[in-house]
Amino acid sequence: MNGGWFRIYAFGFLLFLYAPILLLPIFAFNDGAIVAFPLAGFTTKWFDQLWVEPALHQALKNSLIIAVSASILSTCLGVFAARASTRYNFPLKGGIIGMIMLPLVLPEIILAIALLVVLLGIGIPLSIYTVILGHVLVCTPFSIAVLTAAFQSLDKSLEEAAYDLGETPASTFRLIILPLVTPGIISSLLMTFTISLDEFLMAFFLAGTEPTLPVYIFSQFRFPKSVPVVLALGTVLVVASIILLTIAEYFRRRGIAKMGGKDTGGFL
Amino acid sequence: MSSEKPVMIEFRDVHKYYGDYHALRGINATIRAGEFFSLLGPSGCGKTTLLRTIAGFEGISSGAVMIGGEDMADVPANQRPTNMVFQSYAIFPHLTVAENVGFGLRKDPRSKAEKAKAVEDALGMVGLTGYGARAAHALSGGQRQRVALARALILKPKVLLLDEPLSALDKKMREQMQVELIKLQRQVGITFILVTHDQEEALVMSDRIAVMFEGQIAQLADPETLYRRPASRKVADFIGTMNFLPAKILSEAGGKVEVEAQGFGKITLNDDQVMSAEGSAGGATVGFRPETLTILFDGQTGSDFESEAVVEEVVYYGDMTYYDIKIKGCDTAVRLSMRNVFGRPVLDIGTKTRVAWSAGALVLFR
Repeated sequence: MNGGWFRIYAFGFLLFLYAPILLLPIFAFNDGAIVAFPLAGFTTKWFDQLWVEPALHQALKNSLIIAVSASILSTCLGVFAARASTRYNFPLKGGIIGMIMLPLVLPEIILAIALLVVLLGIGIPLSIYTVILGHVLVCTPFSIAVLTAAFQSLDKSLEEAAYDLGETPASTFRLIILPLVTPGIISSLLMTFTISLDEFLMAFFLAGTEPTLPVYIFSQFRFPKSVPVVLALGTVLVVASIILLTIAEYFRRRGIAKMGGKDTGGFL
Repeated sequence: MSSEKPVMIEFRDVHKYYGDYHALRGINATIRAGEFFSLLGPSGCGKTTLLRTIAGFEGISSGAVMIGGEDMADVPANQRPTNMVFQSYAIFPHLTVAENVGFGLRKDPRSKAEKAKAVEDALGMVGLTGYGARAAHALSGGQRQRVALARALILKPKVLLLDEPLSALDKKMREQMQVELIKLQRQVGITFILVTHDQEEALVMSDRIAVMFEGQIAQLADPETLYRRPASRKVADFIGTMNFLPAKILSEAGGKVEVEAQGFGKITLNDDQVMSAEGSAGGATVGFRPETLTILFDGQTGSDFESEAVVEEVVYYGDMTYYDIKIKGCDTAVRLSMRNVFGRPVLDIGTKTRVAWSAGALVLFR
């Protein structure tokens, strides 16, 4: 058979990737505190418990605040950097952009510890704000990568044409550049939101007494009786992210179709 | 005709440096109101840079660019009385055709209905009536070109700048658009400045042409002068086909130059037929266009001069036939073109014939 081994490989790869996630809902609906086969029966009680767990709600709230803030901030910074790197030339440009992108490959734990030491050193108390700071640091390079691609595909003469037709640089940015890079901005917001939402290291080191969702989940795993609850939470998160990604992809494709562009795949 | 009209654009010793690179080297020229003016030259000659200094997208290092008698040094691109049609058309892909065309009217105090009328008029002018609601990205190349034209012309600029506007179109479309652009220019009466590397396009469309090489204007003249009396060997090489034969200058006196050209013998030329040899490798040469040499078919007599010749190559084009012929006494063959007339045969390779030329069609490069 043509490419038989590749088929098996591809199937195995996908199985390894998604089978564990498929186990989440199975055990989330399983009427037993122990995560093991055989299944004990159907129940939704683990989901009910999600409703009455104040610490979980607080962690979720923290995470959402942090993720929304970090994604907006890093996307704004990403817009500035991407614009600067694609349109202007300045001394040491390559070096500066390289330094900004470095956190992408730098071990995050080093960043987290360094940041913690500095924050404690200058006496800033740990809070969700310090987590936001850390997450902006982590998210910005991703944001720049996505947005640079969007800005690069922008024909410079579009800006010149708007300017030529009487617009100022500011109104040109608003009327021409911004609408054309919107798909990139949405991609960036979505990606950085996702990164921030499940980021653990920075949050673990910098959150102080205000844990984020991943930190809360990690802490709950120490108690066997709360494992099914965590699985129920995981199931909710999986469903939520599938819905979110579907909506985002829908808007991305619609945006591309509207401008007659070619679908280059994007990040999603 | 054009010399009576007021000056629209004036370049005064314009220089432009990009770092060490000297892109414009002392441009002096005037363009008159209502003129169809072309900047012609090979890529990298500075023609687009010069156009962009008019639009205000490029600053200049020294000198002055004047529009309507006003120095443009401190006038930004968005306040200049010029509009541009870009090589890539720069149609805003997220807007409709009507929104594209009406883009420049955003700050116009007229009512919405009046603006919509202006947009529809502009679309009508370029032959796109009824296309307003279409998405701009769904248009063909020729249609985008028209939208770009309408978008620039709706603002009634004093000068319309066209940066290689036809280079992206196929041959047939290009020729059609050339004619339409000429008609449009006559209709609106606006000064058009066209940048092109296509000498044929420049000859067809322009009132006057500035031929540029390496940041300088080599010749500024109307198409006929440019074609018949190229100012230098370099211009002659760039525009159309020209034959060159080695020549020796025998005497110069009283505005006349007597030369002996290979195969042509002694010829007396006027002063205005003597041009610069810049761009030529060797000594003096005599140049002439393929169509100024005529094959004498049976019974015809020559004008000034005649000679025997042998046909070496024949290229048949339907309406025209190109011959490479060797004139008696010449080292190399020269190209000759004859219009194919009913009843006249196309000569075969090796045919012995007679050719004639006239002294007035020759140019001496020295």
